[in-house]
Parts: sequence; C-alpha cells; structure tokens
Amino acid sequence: MTHWGRRLRLWCSTWWQVVMLGAEILVMALTPSSYATGPRRQTVLVHIVQATAPLLTGFLVLSALISVVLIRIVVATALSYGLSQYALDVLVRTLVLELIPLYAAMFVAARYAMPGAQQVREQLSAHQRAGQALGKGVLLTTELLPRALASMFSVLMLAALSCVLALVLTYVTVYGFSLWGLWGYTHSVGQVFTPAVTLIFALKTLFFSLAVAVVPLAGSAQQDAHGLYAQRSDISEFARLFSVVLLIEVLSLVGNYY
Amino acid sequence: MNATPDDAKDSRTPEVKNLEFKAALLLVAMLVLVVGSALYVMFARGMFEDTQRLVLVSDDSEGVVVGMDMTFAGFPIGRVARIELGADGTARILVDVPSKDAKWLRTSSIFTMERGLVGGTRIRAYSGVLDDPVLPDGAERTVLRGDTAAEIPKLAASMRQVLENVAALTKKDAALDAALTNVQSATERLKGPQGAMGVLMGNDEDAKKLVLTIERANALLARADALTARMDSLVNNANQQVFGQGSDKGGLVGDARVTVQQLNGLLTEARTSLQKVDAVLVEAQGIASNTREATTDLGVLRGEVESSLRKVDGLINDINRKWPFARDTEIKLP
Repeated sequence: MTHWGRRLRLWCSTWWQVVMLGAEILVMALTPSSYATGPRRQTVLVHIVQATAPLLTGFLVLSALISVVLIRIVVATALSYGLSQYALDVLVRTLVLELIPLYAAMFVAARYAMPGAQQVREQLSAHQRAGQALGKGVLLTTELLPRALASMFSVLMLAALSCVLALVLTYVTVYGFSLWGLWGYTHSVGQVFTPAVTLIFALKTLFFSLAVAVVPLAGSAQQDAHGLYAQRSDISEFARLFSVVLLIEVLSLVGNYY
Repeated sequence: MNATPDDAKDSRTPEVKNLEFKAALLLVAMLVLVVGSALYVMFARGMFEDTQRLVLVSDDSEGVVVGMDMTFAGFPIGRVARIELGADGTARILVDVPSKDAKWLRTSSIFTMERGLVGGTRIRAYSGVLDDPVLPDGAERTVLRGDTAAEIPKLAASMRQVLENVAALTKKDAALDAALTNVQSATERLKGPQGAMGVLMGNDEDAKKLVLTIERANALLARADALTARMDSLVNNANQQVFGQGSDKGGLVGDARVTVQQLNGLLTEARTSLQKVDAVLVEAQGIASNTREATTDLGVLRGEVESSLRKVDGLINDINRKWPFARDTEIKLP
C-alpha cells in the first residue's frame, strides 16, 4: 500500500509539474514583452528557425507520400462500393482533421522537442555537477520558453502546410489537373468544416503543439528521486507524451462525433 | 517567478545566417496559411454569398442536420441553416439558398426528404416547369418524406410471412411433398410400357381403349379423305355445269349471261315502245285538251240555244194568245 501510495504521489507530483510548467510557458508566451526584445528575441527566433526549417522538406515529403497512399485507398474503395460521394468527406475527416495534426505533433516531438529536452537535461546536469544550479526563472526564460515556443510553432506550421498539401493532393487525385471540380470540392470541404468541427480542430492542433512543447521539457527539468538530472529513457518520455496526445485526440473525437 | 537577467542568453545558441529574414518568412507563411485557411473555409461555408431563405415544413426532421445540402439535379443549391419546432408541432427546416442558385426553385417546385439505407437524409428539389415564377424569399413549402428504413419492418414482416408459407409448403406432410411423390410415381409410369398414355388414362384398359379410339379415328379420317375426294369431284362437276369449266359450252352461267343479254334487248325494245306510247299519250292529251275546249264552247252554244228556244217558246206563247189562235183558257165551272 505504501509502495502504491508513493507511486501515486510521484505520479501526481510529476503531472502537476507538467501542468504548472505548461501554465508558466503559456503565461510567458502570452507576454511578448518577456521575449520580444534583446537577446531573448534572438534566442526565440533561432529556435523557431531550427525547429521548423530543417524539418519542412522531410515532413512534407513524408506527409505527401502517406496522403497519396491513403487518398488512393479511400477513393478506390469508395468507388468499388459505389460510395464515391462520401470519399471526399472521409478523406478530409481522416487526413486533415485527424491524422495530419497527430503525425505532425509526433514528428516534431521525435525530431526536435525530445532531443532538445535531452540537451536541456544534460545542461542542467552539467550545471549541477559544476555547482552552478540555474534558477527556475533563468531556466524558464533562457532554455524552456524558446524551445517550447519553437516546438509549438513548428507543430502548427507543419500541420497547416501538410493540411493544405493533403487538400491539394486529394483534389488532384479525384479531379485531375483541371479546375472544373474546384467549386464542388470547395463545397464538400466546407460541408465538413462546420463551426464546431473547425473549433475542435483548431483547439486540438493547439493542444497537440502545447503538449509537444511542454511534456518533454517538463520531464527534462524534473529532478529524479535522488535530486539529480540523470539520463532518462527516451521510450518512457515518448510514452508520456504519446499518452497526452492520445488523450487530446480521444477528447476531440468525443467532441466531434458524440 | 524570478526575474531573469538580460545577459542570461545561452552562449551555446548557434548562429543562424539571415535569422531575421528566415524567422520573418516563417512567421508570415504561418500567418498567410492560417488566415488563408480561415478565409477558404468561410468561403466554402458560403459566408460570402448572398442567400435567400426557404422554409421546408415536415412532420419529422429526423436525420436532418445543420449544414447538410439541398440538391437539385444532383447539385447542391442550398444548405440547412437551422431546424426549429413550429407552433403547430411541425419541424421547420430553414434552408439558405444562394441567390445565384435560386433560379432553379420555382413556385411549382417539389421538395422531398429521403432516407436511404446507406448515407444520411437527403433533401432534394424538383422543378418540373422552369417557366413558372421564381420562388420568393422566405417561402414555405411542405416537404415530402420517403423513408427506406421505415419500410424495412414491413418488408421483414412480409418476408416472414413468405418464409412461413415456404416452410409450410416444404414440410414433410405438405401438399408439395405429396405432389412431388405423385410426380415421382408419374415419372415411374412414364418409364412403363404404356408411357405417357398410361399416365394420362390412369390404367391400362383405358389406355387400350384410347388406342382403339385413335385407330377408329384414323379409319374415320381415311373415309373422310375419300369423301373429300368425292366432294372435290362433285365440285368439279358443279364447276363444269355451272361455270362451264373444262367444256366448250358456257354452262349455266353462260346461258344466264345470254338470257340476260336477250332481256336487255327486250328491255330496250320495250323502252322504245314506251317512248312511242308516251308520244301517243301526249297526242291524246292534246286531243283531250281540245275536247275540253270544245266542251266549253258547247256549253256556251247550249246556253245560246236554250236562250233561242226560250225566245221561240215565248214567241209561240205570244202567238197563241193572239187572234185567231187565242183560246179561252178560262175554265168555267158549272
């Protein structure tokens, strides 16, 4: 019982720190004066460029490949069952609304946020060994906030670009390289994006980006049971992030379809 | 939150060439993407279109959702904007029709709401007469409903009835089983010596009788053939006699033709005679006319004669009254 109690307390304390750090980052992010000038601005811009530009090409190629495969599967299946009128609806709902934000978040987490969090933890460990522990405010403004803002921006940018690319690929796959179906296609897309669906989609993408920005960094800034910043397993960090992303996805599905 | 010194910048932050430009490019791209996507979705939702309102009234709005299309000839021309419950308990479906598509809706248009087995409810408009006046803004129309799903229970009940009938037909002691048994025995008999005849007659005796009847019928037919041959001969003779076929003589018909020709001659002569009689009659008519005139003259003559006679009679009387011829005409009584 004591063992389970300790684990429960640790679990609660860990998630409380994640929530608190997320709130602090949000507050700092919504206070541009804290990073819009001076060297902090430069740091934020550097992280934004580093988090987005190198990932753009690879992610767009991967996203286009996955989108084309899914579009072909859905269109061919719908045609074979005589349900082609629902193909566009299914594609927009599955690709744009559900899959693209999810794998954009996972891509940024795997390629930028989690390696960045690992670097932060190494720096914290180095500072600790050197006896120069950084204050919480310094850590937040110099290390965590720029990385968090960059991660959020990267997720939003990649998701937006990839959604537009998927919409274009869907149109080209269904109607070919002509403009005759543009009005009907636009109408179909508009029918999917009801105000409620649009709001849920925007909130989901925003929370995905926030989760990718906060969860790995919160884990990296957290001391272990011995008060040290020892190396942590990437898998356990990814599992923690994935559980949050999955929870957001489930909530969005509940909002959309129930 | 602790204050942070400005010089706390991480010295290990790598330098990026054209950082400001790249960052600005990314931020502008992000802004364009978000704003463009929002505008595109708003345009796709028809928020920039001028619309007119159409109210469809139905007793049930099940399956109708806000945002669903109303189609005309397969093309979406309207979108459900709101669904409300009317004061009379009917569902009022408010449809926004873009002004550019409103021309397809006429006062005589019919609106249907269908629910298929696959997919959601569909609202369709049909305009049979496109010369009718355009449907005005805010018009209310009753929508006709067709629900495939509602037909399924009826179909299932009918199917159950049919299946029960089939089960009753196919059970062990059912009529169909007995009929199949009879068919089997019939086919057995078909394979027997009497074949189909035995099956039809039911027993061999009757089959033999039928064979005998057929033989007699054959004999009768042979005699009928002979009779027909004789009839043919009779007809030939009649042809010869009546029409004179196969002989130099004309036959009855030829004779009749000659007689008719002679009758024609006689009639011609009679016609000539009658014409003469007509002339005689005309003359007689003239004579009678003259006689009538003479008779008239005779009347006048007679009058004149009678007048002369009276005058003579008067003259004689005068003479008699005069001397020496006067007579005493007076009668004297004793």
